[in-house]
This record gives sequence, structure tokens and C-alpha cells, in this order.
Amino acid sequence: MPPQIDVRLDRVTKRFHEVVAVDDLSLEIQRGEFFSMLGPSGCGKTTTLRMIGGFEEPSEGAIYLGETDVTGLPPFKRDVNTVFQNYALFPHLTVFENVAFGLRRRKVATDQIASEVTAMLELVELPGYEARKPSQLSGGQQQRVALARALINHPRVLLLDEPLGALDLKLRKQMQLELKRIQTEVGITFIYVTHDQEEAMTMSDRIAVMRAGRIEQLGNPEELYERPTTPFVAGFLGVSNLLEGEVAGHDGALVSIRLRDGTVLRAPADGVAASGPVRVGVRPEKLRVEAGEAGPSDGLNALAGVVLDASYIGVSTQYVIQTADGHRLTVYAQNLDTAGASEAMAGGQRVHLTWKPQHTFVISGPAEHVAGDPHLPEEGETDV
Amino acid sequence: MPRTRRRLTPYLLLLPGTAWLVLFFAVPMGYMLVMSLQQGSLSEGYHLTWNWGIYPDIAVKYGNLFLRSVSFALATTVLTLAIGYPMAYTIAFYGGRLKNALLLVVIMPFFVSFVIRTLNWRMVLSDNGLVFGTLKDAGLLDQSFRFLATPASVIFGLTYNFLPFMVLPLFVALEKIDRRMIEAAADLYASRAQAFWRITFQLSLPGVVAGSLLTFIPAVGDFINADIIGARSPDVAMIGNVIQRLFLNSNDFPAAAALGFVLVAGTMLLVGVYTRIVGTDRLTS
Repeated sequence: MPPQIDVRLDRVTKRFHEVVAVDDLSLEIQRGEFFSMLGPSGCGKTTTLRMIGGFEEPSEGAIYLGETDVTGLPPFKRDVNTVFQNYALFPHLTVFENVAFGLRRRKVATDQIASEVTAMLELVELPGYEARKPSQLSGGQQQRVALARALINHPRVLLLDEPLGALDLKLRKQMQLELKRIQTEVGITFIYVTHDQEEAMTMSDRIAVMRAGRIEQLGNPEELYERPTTPFVAGFLGVSNLLEGEVAGHDGALVSIRLRDGTVLRAPADGVAASGPVRVGVRPEKLRVEAGEAGPSDGLNALAGVVLDASYIGVSTQYVIQTADGHRLTVYAQNLDTAGASEAMAGGQRVHLTWKPQHTFVISGPAEHVAGDPHLPEEGETDV
Repeated sequence: MPRTRRRLTPYLLLLPGTAWLVLFFAVPMGYMLVMSLQQGSLSEGYHLTWNWGIYPDIAVKYGNLFLRSVSFALATTVLTLAIGYPMAYTIAFYGGRLKNALLLVVIMPFFVSFVIRTLNWRMVLSDNGLVFGTLKDAGLLDQSFRFLATPASVIFGLTYNFLPFMVLPLFVALEKIDRRMIEAAADLYASRAQAFWRITFQLSLPGVVAGSLLTFIPAVGDFINADIIGARSPDVAMIGNVIQRLFLNSNDFPAAAALGFVLVAGTMLLVGVYTRIVGTDRLTS
């Protein structure tokens, strides 16, 4: 039986005056899935979420919840609920009344409301907070109330718009696990919008990486990280080392790529064209760095280079290596055997890098230089 | 030395305001109370006789005037709220780039003196003036129709004059409301009407309270509108008109002072009850 589709976007476009916020987007989200839309600000992820919620109407295209076309329906007629950025709790109502708001509008019996609110506050671990006002709660507690207020309605789909953005790092990590736990417990489809790649990777079943109103790549966290298909995705999810080259030939499951200086690297052949310009990528933690010239390669990819910079950061040492043809590669070397900073290789040292062909990814097409996107997250924070 | 100075700073900052209140409110109130307890006449002079009996006397004699003043002021407050709320709502929610221009339009009447504006309305609304004269000439109104000097005309004048005092605090309260709250209400199955009543209106209550006070208090003591638009008709006279007449024409200072004292004290009492019911925190939060 094919997976049941909870939300379907069919060629949806949203324009604000002349600005195209969402550009011909089609998407299917499965029942019970934790689905994230990830991208820098202005990529259209929040607009997409707001269209699913009914707060914006698409300029073109249609939105389906299950089999029902909800494109023109107002929010209060849709079987979705939203956890808003900054929560949008009602400041004049108590926690109880905030959580009960949706049930009251739907004329649920009073005693049933009371028991459901109690149960929901237990689920989000805020029992006994019924009589408080939102202003008497911490940011994390307000977040939980916002979640309870939406979940109590048992929507078909829960929309979350950067719900953890206002929390500090430690609380955010804790809430990420909590959200995942709650999602598993209630089994509701979650659509989660964030610009934080780690947050998306931690919780999501699938992630749509968005850029300029389009989906750049869609897949599970592992696919996106290990096999990005565009330089943007490679750069957005962690640090990537990209080398320009040409396809030189296929060899069974592997493909050979010749770099500008003649070095041949091998990579999985899946989906790589028979010829033409490509970029070869490898994640920094997959690289092994050793002093001296390259020895026999044992089927590994190998590159010679010089250490430009080495920084010792405890669990690992981060190197910047310059290759013969001028590419700069980042390497995270785990400090397995090293005793400390003194044993790290110094700048100027000649080294060689080796890695497995399976850990190599290939991005088709010629290099288009994606000049520094100001919204890209800080590199390297999460992959160490 | 610096520490003492720092401790004194809040009090020093409060000094001008306190001095103002004492000089122009507490002292005159005390003076009025003392004057109301005097007896005599302007020619023979007034002497303090502790004549507390004047208060029951004026209650009997002018009770209906107090009642009329309060009901006119209440009607004015309700009307300014009914007219001002949609205005403030529209400016705050849909004003866009025109917001400031629209607010300027609201306070525009203040560029002309209160009395002159009221005099102009009297001309516009006079028996054979621009509005009713034209309607009468067109045969749409009976020749004997009269708007001036009716309770409705005085309430009209009060409403017109105090409308900005209602609109401005309402605007401030509505402007502050985070639109996402209203979206959240819609998300939680509230219709537009429910979202307005449960969220927008509740959150604008500080503005409603402030606007009501700013309208009711000056309206209850007003005498200009009854004087000009009310055409000094005794049927529409308010307590302010009587105080003015007793002070300036009859020279019955004790009665005038007693009425003034009751008006101020009564207003404070009403406001106290009102804010107790709706909660003073509404004014600040």
C-alpha cells in the first residue's frame, strides 16, 4: 500500500506584488511524517507554511489536505494548527484558557475540556500551570503552552514556524528531543520550518532544502548530507569541499573524474552523466590527513597538499589544506591518538589526503560561483 | 553625598508635579469646600458658619441636573466609543502608509478653538441653517422642526468635541496588538467575529478604559455645548452651566462651590468604581 498523503502542494506560486516568494512548488507530505523545510530567510519556507495554514492564499496552484482542496479555505476551516514563531499566546488569558481556546470554539463540553487540557499539559510537562498567565512563564514554558494549544485539537497536520528560534541553545537542544518525542507519541504529521540545519537534521524524517522559492533538494537527512546534488545544499548542510573536474569514464559502480591538475578521483556513479564538467565533493570528517607523499592508494582517493592552517579544538583538529591546483580543503581530524595541540601538523607541512570513493559525492554541471550568502549558518559548528 | 542625592532624586523629580497638583487641585478643592460652608452675600461678605445643610439642599434642588449631566456624558462616551472604535481600528489595521496622515485628520479640529468650533456647529445646525434650512426648503422637514436646544443636539456637540480623546487611546491600544494573535485565534477555529471579540477587543480594553475616562470626565462638567448648541435652554442645561450661572450671575458662591465640589468628588468616585470594576491594570498593561 502506498503511503498516505496528508498534504499535497500542486504547482503553488505565491507573489507579493512583483516579488515571487514561492515559485511553482510541488510537494507531497506523508501521513505521520516529521517534515522540515530548511533554508535561509527569504527562501519561501515560511510563506509555504502560511499557505498550508491558510494565512496566505496562493497566487497559482492548489493545496490539498488529504483528498480535499483547501486552497481558498480560511484557517478556521482547516484541519491544521500552527505553533507560531514567538508563540502568539493570548496574554490576557490563563494557560488553561489558552490551551482550551480551540476546544471552546468547537463547543466541546466543559468537563471534557478540563480533562483534555490537564492531559495535554501533562504531555508537554507543564502540569499545574493552568492558572498562570503567559507573562509569568519562561520562554521554554511558553513554547510548551503554544505546542499544547495547537496539539489539543488533534489536527491532521501541525505546522511549526521556527518554534525554537527564541530559545537559548541548551533549551533548544532539549526541546528538539522533546518535540520528536511528542510527535512520535501523538503520531501527527509535523511540518517544521527552520533555518537551522542541525535542528532539521536532528528531528526530521525528510527535509526540503529551499532556496529562492524552490525546493533545491528533498530527501532524508542522510541523503542530503552524504549526497547533496547542488553546491547550495552541500554548503548549507555543513562544510563541503568541492573540487572542479571532468568525467573521465565509468567503471562499474564507480565513476572516474579528472581534476584540472590531472589527478583522478573516483566516486559512486549513481546519476552521474557519462561526460562533462562536474564538481567532486567530500565532507571534512571523511578525510584522512598524513604527513609526506602519497603511498600506494589501495583504491582510495588521494590528493597531495600543504597545510595552510591548523587549529586544535579539543575533540578534533581542524586543518586547511591547499592542493597542488590551488583548491582549499577543510579537514576535521579526530584526535584519536594525538595527545594535544603540540602533535598537530604545523603550517607548511607537506601532507597527503586520502578518503574512500564511497564518501565522495558528485554535483553535475559547471561551477557557478555561489558568492557568500549572508544567511548561511556559521560553517563547521555542527560537524566537529 | 552622592548617595543621599541619588536617594532624593525620585522625590525631586516628583516635586513639580506634586506642587502642581497641590496648588491647582488640592488647594482649590479645599477652598471650595470651605466656601461652600459659608453664608452671607456678596455685598455683606461671606462668613464660615459650617453650614453642612447646603449639601442636602443642593441635592434636592439640583439632583436632576446632576443626573442629566451624567446621562449626557454617558451617552457621549457610548457614542464616541461606537464611532471612534471603527475609526481607530481602521487606522491601526488598514492605515498603512496613511496612518500618520489619518491621525492628523483626527486631531485636526484641535487647530481651531473649542468655542469657535462649537459656534460653527450652532450655525450649521441652526433652525434655518445649512442642514435643516435646506431640508425644510426641500419640504423634507416640517418648518417647526428644531434640533438646537434639544438633548440630542447637546450630546451631538459633546460627541463631536470629545471624539479625538476616544480615538487616540484606542488607536494606541489597537496598534500594539500583535497580528499573529489574531491569526492564532483564526487557527484555533475562531471565526472573524469571535477572534475580534475574544482577542482584539479584549486586548484593546486599556484603550477603551482610557478613552472612556478622557471623554466622560470633561463631558460631565462641560458647559460650552449646552450653552452654545443647547442655546441656553433650561431643558438641556448641565451642571456646569448652573455652576457658571451661580458664580457669575447670582453671586451665590456657597451653592456654586458646593456644586463644584460635589461634581469633582462625584466624578472621582464614579471613575474609582469604574476602574475598580474593569481593573486599573488595564490602564497600564
